[in-house]
Amino acid sequence: MSLWSRHKIFETNSIILIIGVLFVIAIGGLVEIVPLFYLKSTIEKVEGIRPYTPLELAGRNVYVREGCYNCHSQMVRPLRDEVERYGPYSLAAESMYDRPFQWGSKRTGPDLARVGNKYSDEWHRDHLKDPRAVVPGSIMPSYPWLAEREIDVARVAEDMKVQATLGVPYSPEMIAKAASDLKTQAANDDPNATALAERYPKAAARDYDANPHRITEADALIAYLQMLGTQVDFKLYDDKANVR
Amino acid sequence: MAHAAAAPKSMTFGEAGSTLAFAVLAFLSLIIAAKAHTPEYAFHAYLFTAAFAAAAFKIVDRYYDRPAALPPLTINGKPNYNMGPVKFGTIAAVVWGIAGFTVGLLIALQLAFPALNFDTSWLSFGRMRPLHTSAVIFAFGGNVLIATSFYVVQRTCRARLVGDLAPWFVVLGYNLFIVIAGTGYLLGITQGKEYAEPEWYADLWLTVVWVAYFLVFLGTVMRRKEPHIYVANWFYLAFILTIAVLHIGNNATIPVSVFSPKSYIVWAGVQDAMVQWWYGHNAVGFFLTAGFLAIMYYFIPKRAERPVYSYRLSIIHFWALIFMYIWAGPHHLHYTALPDWAQTLGMTFSIMLWMPSWGGMINGLMTLSGAWDKLRTDPVLRLMVVSVAFYGMATFEGPLMSVKAVNSLSHYTDWTIGHVHSGALGWVAYISFGAIYCLVPWLWNKKELYSMKAVSWHFWISTLGIVLYITSMWVAGILQGLMWRAYTGLGFLEYSFIETVEAMHPFYVIRALGGALFVAGSLIMAWNVWKTISSAEEIQEEAALPAQPVLIAAE
Repeated sequence: MSLWSRHKIFETNSIILIIGVLFVIAIGGLVEIVPLFYLKSTIEKVEGIRPYTPLELAGRNVYVREGCYNCHSQMVRPLRDEVERYGPYSLAAESMYDRPFQWGSKRTGPDLARVGNKYSDEWHRDHLKDPRAVVPGSIMPSYPWLAEREIDVARVAEDMKVQATLGVPYSPEMIAKAASDLKTQAANDDPNATALAERYPKAAARDYDANPHRITEADALIAYLQMLGTQVDFKLYDDKANVR
Repeated sequence: MAHAAAAPKSMTFGEAGSTLAFAVLAFLSLIIAAKAHTPEYAFHAYLFTAAFAAAAFKIVDRYYDRPAALPPLTINGKPNYNMGPVKFGTIAAVVWGIAGFTVGLLIALQLAFPALNFDTSWLSFGRMRPLHTSAVIFAFGGNVLIATSFYVVQRTCRARLVGDLAPWFVVLGYNLFIVIAGTGYLLGITQGKEYAEPEWYADLWLTVVWVAYFLVFLGTVMRRKEPHIYVANWFYLAFILTIAVLHIGNNATIPVSVFSPKSYIVWAGVQDAMVQWWYGHNAVGFFLTAGFLAIMYYFIPKRAERPVYSYRLSIIHFWALIFMYIWAGPHHLHYTALPDWAQTLGMTFSIMLWMPSWGGMINGLMTLSGAWDKLRTDPVLRLMVVSVAFYGMATFEGPLMSVKAVNSLSHYTDWTIGHVHSGALGWVAYISFGAIYCLVPWLWNKKELYSMKAVSWHFWISTLGIVLYITSMWVAGILQGLMWRAYTGLGFLEYSFIETVEAMHPFYVIRALGGALFVAGSLIMAWNVWKTISSAEEIQEEAALPAQPVLIAAE
């Protein structure tokens, strides 16, 4: 009776075969995934990282809906050319509130992890409406409908509530003021802008789509893009404390 | 539950129970449709209502039409195979294949000529690309897998599929999932996770369908008349089980409301990235590899009329493959914020994975020992053998690209797209075409395909397409990667990003041409399948059952 004939037990008994398969496929996943929930480098908090404002969250949902991740990564790798082209390499903490993560796997267009504040709102408006108007060689689709569609302001609080149950630190106050915070951030010179910035440090409030009458998906998406990669102050950030 | 012919006709528990369940589900879907937060979600709820109502109606209608007794398990001692769901899956695969390839061609053209996005939300690249990947992987590939697995498990176990309604529930329910997922992408309903874009309610529905699939398959294996479970069924079983685990793990979301299509995933950031690529790479490893290796292990020996080359090799490479694949996910996350140790583990296992992959390739190719001459005369076998060769090529390229140094160049570029397509077009699609060309005459009781010449044309046209596709993407990807990291003599980055985009144009045009040839090939197949079913010569009654395949391994 050779060792090979021992395999008969799997071939003649479907339940044992199933148990064998489940055991074998469980190991790799457990070893690679479980430690990520307790290792310092993956759960470390970094100064400046905060949950998305209601407007940014709405914008992020537009980003996800339109499938921007199919062509744009949000992950600057620690390689010389990438750091020079895009900015400081991405930290794990910078996507700690990203559900889902949007690191992407293809750069048909450039990385967007640090696109915030690199271009003006006007540039973004023109670019989303017709990319080739500002970048002649661009192959990006046009998104004219974003400036037409309004954000469902009343519903944003529900999204934040779900995120809060998943552990995102949205306080009851933030959730209660979700709709008004959203309106504040999408308007120029709103008196509540200071209160908004207290709840969400560095949150920039202005009329992103240059249409004071409506809060559109363009408002939300541009607010999200202008925030990307700006939360951490890399002049103060100690990269030695976060060796990975 | 087979009653004697004289017994009065009554509904089975399954018929009554599912009619009731579908009626309740139709009602609930209608309520959700009425209170849905968005019109897109309401559309889906109405779609579900219609599907559930149709299912309830059809079950009752079928009950009135059927004889009192359910179909017997055997007729004159021979298994009474249930091939209806297999036929449906085979046709669905052909239809979805053409749809998926065509959408692929469109998005390839969009990258070359952005005007083809038509400034329309539902036609824009970001929504069409998931439609393409899901249509080819889950709609085309999934129907091929369900159809072939239901065929192979019956044949190799010499037993009728378990369940009366259940196999139909699996194929129809799965295709309902496809329709929900596909229309959802166009309407902007997505989870934003690659290859797992369908939202929570589609995921939930797929989970139910998948459990039914697993039970039907396992039940049929348990009903087998053969003492041993044939090697193809190990692979099918590993595929079904692992996909269930991956699907649940990667789609653990909380919906915003039962009336909203939107949900948020319980994992965030780096953990979500790891879970995603644990899922994503094993969708490749188990959906697109293990499942299609199962097809290889049945259809190549059968078509070549030769035994599987090595039984021992099949044991080693089966266990090694399913063990190692699971570890390979982090190679999608090289140089990201995922810890280095996880990246290195992923790379190490990806390189080791080369061996079990080639174990499968060798076992498939060497099955041709003593029958190599058939490659000259049988274009169907040629398709399948070339597919195994592509499998070998893609599983060599994969480990190469998983090496961090190589990956720093290849990642984010079109080299990855080329790599995926050498596996997807060369391996998955070709072995599927081979299986479809085998199945159609067997299922519809025909002597042979309508036209072998058309199979040859299909083979050569699509092979030319694949070669154009892969080579253009190699050049595009490597060029792009080198341009991104090119420096001038003064130490500045040499190219702006847009210059690297503009440099891709000629390769995107060539790639689209390759895709067009591949679509053309699939249209030839569809015509041939149609003509075979409608007009090819039928097998005479006495020879109706094809001989059992040679399934005993050579030692």
